[in-house]
This record gives sequence, C-alpha cells and structure tokens, in this order.
Amino acid sequence: MDEKMVTNAGDLTNTEFFYGHRACAGCGGSLALRLAMKVLGPRIFVAIPANCMSATSFLYPQVSFSVNAMISPFPATGAVLSGIEAGARALGIRDHHVVGFAGDGGTADIGIQALSGAIDRGDRIIYVCYDNEAYMNTGIQKSGLTPYGSRTTTTPAGKNIPGAVGRKKDMFGIVAAHGIKYAATASIGYPEDYLRKISKAAMCKTTSYIHVLAPCSTGWGFPAEETVDIGREAVDCGLWYLAEYEKGDFILNRKPKEFSSISEYLKRQARFRHLGEKEIEEITVGRDEKWKKIMKNWRV
Amino acid sequence: MGMPGRKVFISGDEAVAEAVRLARPNVISAYPITPQTVTVERISEFVEDGSLKAEYLHVESEHSAMSAALGAAAVGARTFTATSSQGLLYMAETLPYVSGARFPIVMMNANRTLATPWALLSDHRDSLSQLDSGWIQVYCENAQEAMDMIIQAYRIAEDPRVMTPFMVNLDGFILTHTYEMVDLPAQENVDRFLPPYRTANRMDLDDPKTVCYAALDDYMEFHLKQELDMRKVPGVIEEVELEFKGIFGRSYGGLVEKYCCEDAEAVLMTLGSVTGTARAVVDAMRMEGKMVGLAKIRFMRPFPAAEIAGIAGNTKAMGILDRDLSVGYEGIVFTNARSAVCEIESPPRMINFIGGLGGRNISKEDMRQIFDQLMQAARGEQGERVRFVNARCE
Amino acid sequence: MERPLVVKFKRPDSIRDYPCGAFRVGTLVQENSGWRVFRPVIDTGKCIKCLRCFLVCPDGVIDKSGEDLEIDYRFCKGCGVCAYECKVGAIVMMREGDDGNAR
Repeated sequence: MDEKMVTNAGDLTNTEFFYGHRACAGCGGSLALRLAMKVLGPRIFVAIPANCMSATSFLYPQVSFSVNAMISPFPATGAVLSGIEAGARALGIRDHHVVGFAGDGGTADIGIQALSGAIDRGDRIIYVCYDNEAYMNTGIQKSGLTPYGSRTTTTPAGKNIPGAVGRKKDMFGIVAAHGIKYAATASIGYPEDYLRKISKAAMCKTTSYIHVLAPCSTGWGFPAEETVDIGREAVDCGLWYLAEYEKGDFILNRKPKEFSSISEYLKRQARFRHLGEKEIEEITVGRDEKWKKIMKNWRV
Repeated sequence: MGMPGRKVFISGDEAVAEAVRLARPNVISAYPITPQTVTVERISEFVEDGSLKAEYLHVESEHSAMSAALGAAAVGARTFTATSSQGLLYMAETLPYVSGARFPIVMMNANRTLATPWALLSDHRDSLSQLDSGWIQVYCENAQEAMDMIIQAYRIAEDPRVMTPFMVNLDGFILTHTYEMVDLPAQENVDRFLPPYRTANRMDLDDPKTVCYAALDDYMEFHLKQELDMRKVPGVIEEVELEFKGIFGRSYGGLVEKYCCEDAEAVLMTLGSVTGTARAVVDAMRMEGKMVGLAKIRFMRPFPAAEIAGIAGNTKAMGILDRDLSVGYEGIVFTNARSAVCEIESPPRMINFIGGLGGRNISKEDMRQIFDQLMQAARGEQGERVRFVNARCE
Repeated sequence: MERPLVVKFKRPDSIRDYPCGAFRVGTLVQENSGWRVFRPVIDTGKCIKCLRCFLVCPDGVIDKSGEDLEIDYRFCKGCGVCAYECKVGAIVMMREGDDGNAR
C-alpha cells in the first residue's frame, strides 16, 4: 500500500470516493469523510453507524460511496471495525484500511464501550470521530460532546438553564488513557493538518483515533459558506485544539500566539447567541484552565 | 459412510466447541456468560493450541460480539458466537440487523431464564423472545444433537437459497454442563459435508459493495425477500439432513420429530431436553396400553405449521409444553402451534402446560400427570386452557 | 471532468430480483442540483489554482483534472464554502437564473 504522507490539496487524488450524498449544503461532517477517504484511497472498508453520513449516503439504490461501505449498528462502530479487520486477516485480505466514521454521540455516548473495546484489542483500524457537538441527524439533541452553553432541542436555553450545562467530554484524553499508539485531534478548519493526521493513522499498525471538529451549519446556526472558517476559529479562540498523542506523549500542534475572541466565535452561531457575559466568562475560564494544563503537561 | 467418528465423553458446551472446531470458522467473537462459558473457553484453547485456525475476538459485550461477527461476515468470513439469557437480549438489536443483511452467522444460545428475579437455570424465555428476529432457531435434545446441528447449521445458513443466520439452542446446565457419550465426527467427513464458505454477499476490494444499507421505498420488498427465502428452509433442512445421514449415520426427523404419534389419542409437544423425560414416560404408558404420543418441535423458525397441523388432525388431544410464558396470555410455543392447528377441520382439544420456568424440574411424575390430563381431555373432559406444572399455586 | 455518472435505475420487477445482501456501490441515480439557490462560478482568469476550493468542498464537486478547475453542477449544492474560502476572490456566487444559465 502506498503510504506516503498526504499534507496538501496537491497530494490529493482527484477521484472522489464519497459523492452525491444528501448531507446539508456546507456540511462539515461530509468534508471530514471525503478528505479522509481521499487520503486512504480505494482499498478501504468503511463502517458508519447511525448518523447524518449514513442517513444521507446509503439510500438504496443511491449509494454515495465508490468503496466498500456499510452501516454499523449505532453502538457498535468499534466492534464492527474489529470484526472487519479480523475477517480480512483470517481470509488473507491485504493492503487495505478499515475505517469508521462515527459522530460525537456515536463515539462519546452510545459507542464509547465498543470504541474502548476496539482500542483494547488493538486491531489495525482507524476510528474517526467527526464531532459536530450534538445529535444532528435526529434534530439537534444534546450529546456528551455538546459544549457548555449550547442551545439544542433537548437543552433549550431559557431563564433557568443556559442551554447545555455539562462540560464537553474529553474524548481525546479518554482514548489516550487506553495507551493507544496514535490519537489526534483535528478540525476541518485546518484541513492540511487533518490530512497529515489521517496519513499518520494509515501508517499505524494498530488502532488509531482521529477526533475531527466538523461544524454543522444547520445545528449550530451559521451561514453554510462559513463551515470551514468556523472550524478554524474554534481552534484560534482556543475552544478546540490541534494535538496528537503518540508514543505516550501529548503534543500540541498549533499554539495560537494569542487567542481570538471567544465572544465573537460564539456570537456567530445561533446556538450560543443567548449567552450573557456571565456564561461567556465561564467558558473563557474553562478554556484557560484547559490551556494551563496543556502548556504544563504537553509538548508544545 | 466415510471415516468413523470417535466416541468422546463430553458436555453439551464442549460438544458445541468441538463442532465449531470441525466447522472451521474464520472468526469467533464472544462475551462470556454462564452457562455458555465452557464453549468459549474450549474454543479459546483450540485457537491457542492451533487446532482451530481462527481469529478470536475478545469483545466487551454481547452487542459487540454479534457486531464483530457482523463485520467479519461482511468481508466473507465464516463466523461463530455464543451467548445466553441476558446476553441474548443485550445483543437483540443486532439480530434482525444480521438477518436483514443476510449473513449466515451461526450462534449457540445456552437457554437460560431472564431476570428478574435473577436465576441461572434453564428455560426458553430468552430465545423465544427473539423469534421475530429473522433467525432460524433449532432446539436440541442432547449433546450429540447440539454437535450435529452446529455442523448442519453452517450448511443450511450458508446455502445460497437461504443466507439466513442460525441459532442453535441447548438447555443451560441440563445440556451444557452434563456429560454424555458423543460421537465426534472425523474432520475429513465434516470437510466433505461442509465446504469453505464462499459468498457474493460481502464487501470486496476488487468489486466494491455496500452491505447493511438503507432502503426506504423498498424496505418491504427486502423484508419479504427474507420471508420468501425462509420458506425455502424446510426443504433445505430435509436435503441437508439426508446428506448428513449418508455421511454420519444420524438424522433427527426434520422440523418435528414424531414419536408414537400415528395412533395416539393424545400427543404432547415439547422443545429441547425435556423431550427425553417425555419419551421415557410415553414408553411406560404405552406398555400400559395408553395411546399417548410425543412430538419434539425442533425448529421454531421456520415454524413447522404443516407438520403440527398434520399431527393435530390425527389425534384427540394435544398438549404443548412451554418452558416460557408470555405474561398476559399463554406460552409462546402454544400460541404458534394453535395458530397452525386452527386451520384444520376438526382440531383436537388443546392444552398449554407451562412448566420448568427458571429451571424448575419437570419430573417423570409431572410428565405422567401431563399425559393423564391429556388423556382426560381426549375423552372429552373440560378444563383450563393454560395449566402450570409443578407450581406452588392453585 | 472525472466525476461519477448518473445512471438510470430500473427498480426490480419482482422480489426475486432484489439483492440478497450486498449491492454495488457508486450507484448514483439522482442529481443534487435542485438544492441550489446560488451557483459558484470560477473566474479562470483570476484563479491561481491553489486548490483551496477543491480541498474544502464538502461535496467534492470541484475537479482538478483539467487545465482549469471545473465544477460539477449536477452535484453542487451551492453552499458557497469555495467562494468564501477563495483567497483571491476568483469564485463568485450567482443566483440561479441571473446568468442566463438557469439549471
């Protein structure tokens, strides 16, 4: 298998493996899938649990993949990926990649058990969590990765409760705590960084995990053309970060000289527009605490 | 007949493990649950010692056990998993998933009751709750039948006309943990009977495919296709059983095994290991000149409606012994059987005996009382439709 | 342009003809162009071929195989990410119908 690093658009094949899907215009998740598959190439087995990507791409007879692909049971992405790889191993199938694309709920909530089991087994699979911070496919309900203050249809913002009140689960940390060989965070706002990480995952001989922030114009409430820019700003304002976990070390890939305005990032999105100064202050404190730990404990 | 088998003294769980080794699956994924554990322990040993060349996946739940088998089947692997009771229900979501995707996964289910109250022993509440999952279901009477049915299960499930998953049920502890003399077939005979699995229903790097996709406007047709193919299963079972008999010298009577039914005035229908007790009681009562008969329902899906109606048309009273209870109605086997029988012109009097729940023993004395009640019904005595066997109640 | 073709699909007449499991991939029977209100138009004179638009298109409708970048309007949903991200302003979003090229 050709395992050269893909780090920019020029390296990418012109061939599309994920095409004609019915995702919303400007869908961040579909960009995450499209780019990953272009890096991994045609010899792949793809498993996708219930999420927007499976719901919009497997509608018999319109199948928007030109590679092997299946819908996995919602809680079972990790297990299905393991099974595919074990089957391929047993049957002597070579030179392929097994990749899963689960959403934030499919990863951090209902799928966390199967993901944990898969990492524990260490089969050679690539697990991509495309994180759009809520259950979008079912109509924007709160997931374990919905950030504080976010208005969803199950965390309505009102006089008493400012939307979601939990903290976004630290999936990257949870995955790293398994002692995984390679894990990374990414954002579709920094596509070259994401391509590089998918390339590295492809070279991994055991389970790897990529957590890519994938803004959702429908669920977050911003104009469709701003998808990539919002993904970039999430990193620039410090509410998301680009990092890797490799050989037991956390490595920060991008250290903003100074953070862009959290308030501006939030105000661009309908889901945060109700937030007052107090809540924004709380979010800022949360960011600063996280970054204090990053700067102290990670390689920068 | 090919090479003779070898007599071994093993438990039902071990018989299943031996059968799995003989069937040469590519991938086994399983999560331990009593009383299935001995099977997966033995299989793990076979993988360790190299006598079974397969990938063994240690999964974190029954849901993942079936999902991993699904993934492996999706690239064309022959797979095996085993579970029981709560485990079967925990994987319930994946059962129609697998059957709808037409993957011939074979699973052993060690029948065990459902909580709560918690209990370890056997009844059929677990597997009968999954009758509608689109799986073939067989119930075994002893370790030999369990072994033979695992081997046959792959042949039937993988038949291109069938392509349907197969659940082999055996009673927890009563079969899984008791030792019997079992004829262990020679590997070369099994290889002759069961060639390697080849299928077009798989993802393929040279000719990419989707499996487990969505169908909105066509959902009904896909589901009906499953039904039409399931209707071919009785014929395939018959063929496979005939061939099996030719090679291994054993057969089990197809969907329903009849015992002394031809001239019986009262027939009892059973599932699984309790059939042995019933057979002994039929023998004893026949010696006394009592015209009783027995029918062992082997397959619950596809359901042997015609066979059951045939037996019913030839007797005056028919009992169904259910080791389950659909709370709010009656036994599940009874509901199914009565639906088959109501088609015939003059149906026999039908009684549902519910017993053995949570592993409660059904003794020969209990069995004799069941047959006595059936003989009374055959003579025209009226009574309750649903009767509880050996229960502390009025 | 190297983008998948749309094929005519004939629904099976009988249940027998439905697939028993696996179904071929890459079967496109419908276009997505009906979604579009604005269409991106590339000014090839201004385009510096940095491939940013090709990179960030969620639908992969920008083809880089030819001399100039080309847009597959059959599947472009008109989200506008390409125009927003274009560093040299070489892509403009035009309302469908305004350019005399209504779909």
